[in-house]
Amino acid sequence: MHPFAYVEPKTVKEAVAALSKYGDKARPLAGGTDLLVQTRAGRFNLDAVVNLKKIPELMSVKLDANGLEVGAAVPCYRVYEDPKVSAAFPGLIDAASLIGGIQIQSRASMGGNLCNSSPSADATCPMIVHNGVAVIAGPKGTRKVAIEEFCTGPGKNALAAGEFVVTLQFPKPSPTFGAAYERFIPRNEMDIAVVGVASSVTLDAAGKTIKNARIALAAVGPIPIYAVAASEWLKGKPANEASIAQAAAMAKAAARPITDMRGTIEQRKHLVEVLARRTLTKAIERARGK
Amino acid sequence: MVATFEPKKTYKVIGTRPIRHDGYDKVTGRALYGADLKLPGQVWGAVLRSPYAHANITRMDTSEAEKYPGVLAVVTAKDMPKAESKMVDLGEGTVNEKHEVDRIMASDKIVFRGQPVAAVAAVDRNTAEEAVKLIRVEYQPLQPVLTVEEAMAKGAPIILPDLVGDDLGEKVKKTNMAKHFRHEFGDVEKGFSQAKHIVERTFKMSMTHQGYIEPHNAVAMWDEDNRLRIWTGTQGAFAVRKQMAGILKLDESRVKVTPMEIGGGFGGKIPVYLEPIAALLSKKCRRPVKLVMERKAVFESTGPAPGGTLRVKVGVDASGKITAAASDMKLEAGGFPGSAVGAAAMCIYSPYNIPNTTIDGWDIVVNKPKSAPYRAPGAPQAHFAMESVIDELCEKGGWDPIDFRLKNSAKEGTRRGDGVKFGSIGNVDVLKAASRSPHWKSVLNKDTTDGKKRGRGIASGYWFNIGLKSAVTLSANNDGTVSLVEGSTDIGGSRASIAMQAAEVLGIPALDVRPTVADTEGVAYNDVTGGSRTTYATGFAAYEAAIKMVEELKARAARIWNQDPSDILFKDGVFSAKKDSELRLNFKELSKKLGETGGPVTVTGSVDLSTGGGAYGAHIVDVEVDTETGKVEILRYTIVQDVGKAIHPSYVEGQMQGGVVQGIGWALNEEYFMTKEGTMANSSFLDYRMPTTLDLPKIETVIVEVFNPGHPFGVRGVGEVPIAPPIAAIGNALHDALGVRLVETPFKPGRIMEALEAQSKAAAVKPKR
Repeated sequence: MHPFAYVEPKTVKEAVAALSKYGDKARPLAGGTDLLVQTRAGRFNLDAVVNLKKIPELMSVKLDANGLEVGAAVPCYRVYEDPKVSAAFPGLIDAASLIGGIQIQSRASMGGNLCNSSPSADATCPMIVHNGVAVIAGPKGTRKVAIEEFCTGPGKNALAAGEFVVTLQFPKPSPTFGAAYERFIPRNEMDIAVVGVASSVTLDAAGKTIKNARIALAAVGPIPIYAVAASEWLKGKPANEASIAQAAAMAKAAARPITDMRGTIEQRKHLVEVLARRTLTKAIERARGK
Repeated sequence: MVATFEPKKTYKVIGTRPIRHDGYDKVTGRALYGADLKLPGQVWGAVLRSPYAHANITRMDTSEAEKYPGVLAVVTAKDMPKAESKMVDLGEGTVNEKHEVDRIMASDKIVFRGQPVAAVAAVDRNTAEEAVKLIRVEYQPLQPVLTVEEAMAKGAPIILPDLVGDDLGEKVKKTNMAKHFRHEFGDVEKGFSQAKHIVERTFKMSMTHQGYIEPHNAVAMWDEDNRLRIWTGTQGAFAVRKQMAGILKLDESRVKVTPMEIGGGFGGKIPVYLEPIAALLSKKCRRPVKLVMERKAVFESTGPAPGGTLRVKVGVDASGKITAAASDMKLEAGGFPGSAVGAAAMCIYSPYNIPNTTIDGWDIVVNKPKSAPYRAPGAPQAHFAMESVIDELCEKGGWDPIDFRLKNSAKEGTRRGDGVKFGSIGNVDVLKAASRSPHWKSVLNKDTTDGKKRGRGIASGYWFNIGLKSAVTLSANNDGTVSLVEGSTDIGGSRASIAMQAAEVLGIPALDVRPTVADTEGVAYNDVTGGSRTTYATGFAAYEAAIKMVEELKARAARIWNQDPSDILFKDGVFSAKKDSELRLNFKELSKKLGETGGPVTVTGSVDLSTGGGAYGAHIVDVEVDTETGKVEILRYTIVQDVGKAIHPSYVEGQMQGGVVQGIGWALNEEYFMTKEGTMANSSFLDYRMPTTLDLPKIETVIVEVFNPGHPFGVRGVGEVPIAPPIAAIGNALHDALGVRLVETPFKPGRIMEALEAQSKAAAVKPKR
């Protein structure tokens, strides 16, 4: 590791300037739980680290009639310890409360988890099924990208030079919305997903028919996968075991996993089906207010 | 040395639970570890390691690194003293000198990935790490050999061209087989012909790492008078001194080793790794040089427990008596010879009395890190194979697993598989205690509503424990306390367990004995903290020293009181005169008067113990399996173990629980996941999955005390036995839950799913009647 500059901008504009100045020799710092480890392991050859935590927008949590807006550097614990957020965004909470361990959650942010752009990121799939949008600032101004379109490859994403994520926006869920995230790990904590699945549903007023659904898959492809076919198929279907089983099978078909030290192709495909079934079941229960 | 002592029933200090002497320093963070050291003028080193598992080094150019600003020294194998391919004794049995030197820094050939090839010392750590990248090494990559089967196959690439293998006494050249030995008793053919049930199974195991939290570290200062000082986290300062003197060709007296506090070792901190490199760098730049490993290097370049292939065949007659057992154990030595297969052979049949046995052991060189001791080296592997087969035999014959083990139990006089006759052992007592345990007497509720399956397993295990050399010095202080100087580095509470044995004899509170772990010039020779010998042997030396101190203090009292020394009594910490009941002084009062009675009192105890008192454990475990994912939860775990005498029961329980935890990790998830190129793919704690607290139940402990007649307080080694049974116990529990026999470690979820799938396919082909 060679010496690098440490920059602490106070505004979005200053941050854009700093990141633009150093180009790909700079990385933004939120919780640092990925950045510090990766830098020490020699993954980057940095000239600058840009701390984003002194910018107010990146550290705020706003919940209003329109929905939720979470600053990109807000640590996970602030999301799951907020009872109102917790009640309205169950899928996000499932993820925020299981990333790493307690100590990691005190630093790590959902925005950082997204920007690290690992296919196994625990926060990304829940953000997809909550219809999340990343608000990005850069030299050309501000733009918005849907979460499912943010990642482009392992460790790669839609951010151009000088750009960074400012906030994450989620529309206010309807009263008949429910979501859940589950990951499979061989242990119970401090582990990385072998497979993760997030599901969300919006039911009709009677709680019997699925009006809308979203399923997203982690660690079974080069990017977090929005399982479009399975999600679309569920629209208008009865919220029952048969629908869930069919959607889970379709989600399995959407998985494109590899075999590595964490699991095999067959194991991961199988787990997608199991977890899709489990998360859809839980999402429907939550939508019904259980 | 064999001495016989009568068990004493009541103690004042032994068996109590005082706070540990080093507790405050550890809890407040004041304890000094190797990584904490910062000597005046100290500089940092960095090591360049091979990216290949098997390669020839064809060219090396260090000139760019030497020119890099801030660099003070660069070393390669050329800076090591010339090593010959001959056998030398470096304190842990004989090793090939060239192999040992090449393990530290490769001279011509790479035999495992991560093997050091060069090192740099520079003004700071970052400079050293940047500079080391500038060293150019050209390699000729060779086909890596990664399993014992590959290594023994005809036409296999030869890893060590100078290796002369020993095949049952025959010398073999051009081989990856370092050794093949056999132990034979009775007539195995005849034994199997008497059997009604025979089970034969082959088991495969992956390498596992001890996983100590503290990475290896070393600070070296080689001065102008050719004296070398080393500060390091080690299990044995004297073992480091001997290895350093051998590798660097120095007189032992020129090497002074200061053992720092140690953050876990489990056997892995007996070999030296960084110490010789730091020394050579210091010799070149004449500054203290510090080296600390990254976790990746700890996994890739230090000594894991060997994996390998084990075949076990056991026969039982209609009455449930074992008639014969035969086993082959092929263990991975790593890049240089020396796996734990010999110790595995000492353990495999030890819980049983078997009239006809054979054991064949193979030590096989493969392109993986050179294996090192790991807590009861070889025992977990041997017991996994044997206890799985025993479980299957119990199922076949319909025998209760504890009754079966009791019926076939080894007892005093039984011969171990390698020929040694057992002295007093406690296997029967352990099994009886296990059968009386609340856990064994409970009924496992197998009804679950969520489709999960539950099962219970039991397994036995043994470790022989060692004795060897220890020395302790006691000095009386005039405030009534006693300073205790020992050479056994304290890995698991041994300051307390050694001090308590001296305190018992001296009749003073445990905390009035003040233990210090000294450097190699502050105390006489001590063997390593290993083999579960420390509380036993160093405690024995403390006992001997304390007896001498009492005698010396009696002489001092006699002088004060004008009595004959033989007329002085010592009981419950009070000295008194036989002939005058008015004359009494307790230990503290007498301590104040030592200055007037002939000066300071200091005594030494020294022992060399040939045996250690072997010990047994029986483990009971309940598991629950999610059959949709293959995930295993440990619901309940009980460990029953003979400890001889628990000096400090809390640390005994801690050792028992710690061994179980490592065994659970080994059973469920831990493995060296190797790519076909010979790279460990999971060389971080993220992917090398050791259990966390959330993966474990409270581990229940049952201490059994069967007096060891070879020790004044009856102590047996404690620390290693508990890792011997868990893999088999969990495998047996999984079989009870699922009906499938897992024969390959770890029992990771994907492997359990594959076994379940194979089971359902077999059921579909051959429906049960």
